[in-house]
Amino acid sequence: MNRTRVIGEEAPVGSGSTWTHRRLLPPWLRREPLSLWLAAIAVAGAAALPVLYLVVRAAESGESAVDSIFDFDTLAILWRSIQLIVLVTLGSVLIAVPLAWLTVRTDLPYRRAWAVASVLPLAIPSYVGALAFISAFGPKGLLQGWLEGPFGVDRLPDLYGLTGASVVLILLSYPYVFLTVRATLWRLEPEMEEASWTLGRSPWQTFRRVTLPLLYPAIGAGALLVALYTLSDFGAVALLQYDTFTRVIFNEYNSAFNRAVAAALSLVLLAVAVSLILIEASARRRARYYSGANAARRRRIVRLGRWRLPAFIFSSLVTLLALGIPVFVLVYWLTRGVNAGESGLFDWGAAFTSVQYSLAAAVVTVIAAIPISVLSVRRPGLLSTGLERFSYVGFAMPGIAVGLGLVFFGIRYATGIYQTVYLLVLAYVVLFLPVAVGLIRSSLLQVNPRMEEAAMSLGRSQINAFLTVTVPVIRPGLAAAAIMVFLLTMKELPATLILGPIESRTLATSIWSAAEEAFFARAAAPSLLLVIASAAPMTFLVLRERSRN
Amino acid sequence: MTTEIPNFLARRTILMALGLAAVLVLVIACSSDNNNDSSENSGPSDEGGELIIYSGRSESLIAPLIEKFEAATGIDAKVNYAGTGSLAATLLEEGDRSPADVFFAQDPGGLGSIIELVKPLSDELIGRVPDWARSSDNLWVGISGRARTVVYNTDALSPEDLPDTLEGFTDPVWKGRIGWAPTNGSFQAMVTGMRLIWGEERTRDWLEGIVANEPKVYAKNTPTVAATGSGEVEVGFVNHYYLHRFLAEEGDGFAARNYFLPGGGPGSAILVTGAAILKTADNAIEAERFLDYLLSAEAQSYFAEETYEYPLIDGVERADMLPDLASLSTPDIDVSDLGDLAATQNLLREFGALP
Repeated sequence: MNRTRVIGEEAPVGSGSTWTHRRLLPPWLRREPLSLWLAAIAVAGAAALPVLYLVVRAAESGESAVDSIFDFDTLAILWRSIQLIVLVTLGSVLIAVPLAWLTVRTDLPYRRAWAVASVLPLAIPSYVGALAFISAFGPKGLLQGWLEGPFGVDRLPDLYGLTGASVVLILLSYPYVFLTVRATLWRLEPEMEEASWTLGRSPWQTFRRVTLPLLYPAIGAGALLVALYTLSDFGAVALLQYDTFTRVIFNEYNSAFNRAVAAALSLVLLAVAVSLILIEASARRRARYYSGANAARRRRIVRLGRWRLPAFIFSSLVTLLALGIPVFVLVYWLTRGVNAGESGLFDWGAAFTSVQYSLAAAVVTVIAAIPISVLSVRRPGLLSTGLERFSYVGFAMPGIAVGLGLVFFGIRYATGIYQTVYLLVLAYVVLFLPVAVGLIRSSLLQVNPRMEEAAMSLGRSQINAFLTVTVPVIRPGLAAAAIMVFLLTMKELPATLILGPIESRTLATSIWSAAEEAFFARAAAPSLLLVIASAAPMTFLVLRERSRN
Repeated sequence: MTTEIPNFLARRTILMALGLAAVLVLVIACSSDNNNDSSENSGPSDEGGELIIYSGRSESLIAPLIEKFEAATGIDAKVNYAGTGSLAATLLEEGDRSPADVFFAQDPGGLGSIIELVKPLSDELIGRVPDWARSSDNLWVGISGRARTVVYNTDALSPEDLPDTLEGFTDPVWKGRIGWAPTNGSFQAMVTGMRLIWGEERTRDWLEGIVANEPKVYAKNTPTVAATGSGEVEVGFVNHYYLHRFLAEEGDGFAARNYFLPGGGPGSAILVTGAAILKTADNAIEAERFLDYLLSAEAQSYFAEETYEYPLIDGVERADMLPDLASLSTPDIDVSDLGDLAATQNLLREFGALP
């Protein structure tokens, strides 16, 4: 109830928000202008469109679509999905947290190179990753071929099912946690760790007792993204023969051509997503402001000593598996194609289009995420928290449902932008908003709002204070958010296929089109371009980190 | 470092402004790109005309054919490529407002799902293909054919080891050696054919026997053929033409070949891709010319030679390595009937073949 009153009463202030006017208001009204609330509501409203569409579709067919949920072995599918989610999320955290700490805080050799390489698996579409893993480690894959001669191994153990699906999804999605944790580690105050060292704790004890608890909000945000991604992934689970919700939904759209049942099932999937979001939210309650005033202090690098080699081996192993194997298989396909006389494999036009779309998506999504993030951190309450949680649903939905939802609304109410890049970018915002919100939010948690208040008391406007005081401090979070949205847009397929301007071709659609018909060399070339194009922004981020140190 | 904040500010503002400006320019450039394209393409052509095609058949196979069509007619064809299922759903969401003129689908089920959105085709056009390759009410026409077949691993098996009909694979000796893709549309169409040719009882027996042999479940045809070639499974139930893609990609050393069941029946049913014209087509004339082109000798030869599919019109020869169409089974059913499809899916679900 309080929240609605905030909106109503703050209206006169929103327009002319200078400090002198604000001084006349009670303190709880001074902070966030109406425009910020309106922006946040508008963004969450856009995210709600696909959900609304699913409800319309499922309801339209009356009870038949809802009943049909019970035709499926829904509980069994649910149980399988949960097993996969738990394994993938745990595995991702176990890989990503040490890796993030090693690449930010220690003297790990080549740590900047590892930082770039550790993010790149995010750029590999899951079906390409799964195909590559099957080619490499399948019962009759490349590895088996090499082992057959010297060791007489004629078949490797089956990687299909839960094991294979979780390994592949861990390797492709641990970067969500890696990036969120890294962005937070950069802004973490060194005092507490230093105090811990002074008191004689070992680096390991310090990490476990001091650093790790400070990282919980970031780990939670990253883990939620991994869990939701696992829930919505289709490519990897289909190729690795593990039945989850997405496979049933896909079958309804593509083989049964039944949109109503697909919508009803998607709503079940959304219910699972909402439970995951609530679990993370209840774990998050412990998160507090940790920051003092001096956010940019130089921090001590932890000397790994005799742990340097094991740490190096660990980082190498992760990169070898998550990036090295897919790239190796792609290069293998490409060389085989080139030797067979294929030419014109590199489609630079598609690469350029992909980069355009992804840049636009990154900038727009980060800007759209700011109001929700700021309000949920600065004005925690029913409305702001609700808006923030709600922004997550798009990420959990199958891309095809988001695409069709925007077709539904676009063709009716936004004909002018239908099948243009504008509606497509809106789809990317809906899909990837939570990625940006999660990263920006965990950075904002470390900014003491008093710094902004101080700037305002010195006569800066609210926007000015936000841009000049807060933005510089959360810059790593903003940059990480932009990069993650960029990488995800580069590989996004279902919504791009449905909503892309007619005749437009991106790297992801080229890969799909080629892989569908077993043109492996023609799929490999754009996949490699995808990885290379995605490496650029991450390299940029890491190099800037160096210049700040 | 007292000057840090103002410096940084200036740099930050400039960077942000530059970034935003760059994105705006890119976005505008990119949307005007498309306009340029259309003016370029339609400019030099004397006949002009535009056509919007939604193609569920993939760009890697169809794009060269579209170029030939444009060259032959001067029509500027714009193609929206995606999966048949998502395009069918898109067309249904778009309804009357759809910009599409033609829907070119990978399988008749996709056409069946949008049947109320399409208009009848001329008798001349539809008469070029055999009865079994078109809709009974002239609403869509088959464009090319693909045969259901058994792909087998040549290291593990030779044709003599293989049974005459699909029913032979229910023998327990095939336990753990079979690959299939029950979510695949062509597979489901085959089972629908099976129900009509064999009847429900025999189809159930077959499914029960195959499921008892614990087949490996692949996502679709391509991975099934790949797994057969690598020896992960020894046989796979697939469409015939994927093998030829693998042979082209990996050379003759690829250890799999097609086996056309000598006993015929549903295991060697022939399935079609098809096309239809939307009622709401703005470019109905161009749309008819496109279908006319797809059923011309030139396009049908392209399917025969480049995609290794069966041509459907008289006078165009199939590729040498394919068996005669007459030896394959052409079940007398309306393959776009979704009611049959739903019954097939329920049956597959009952045996745990579908989730």
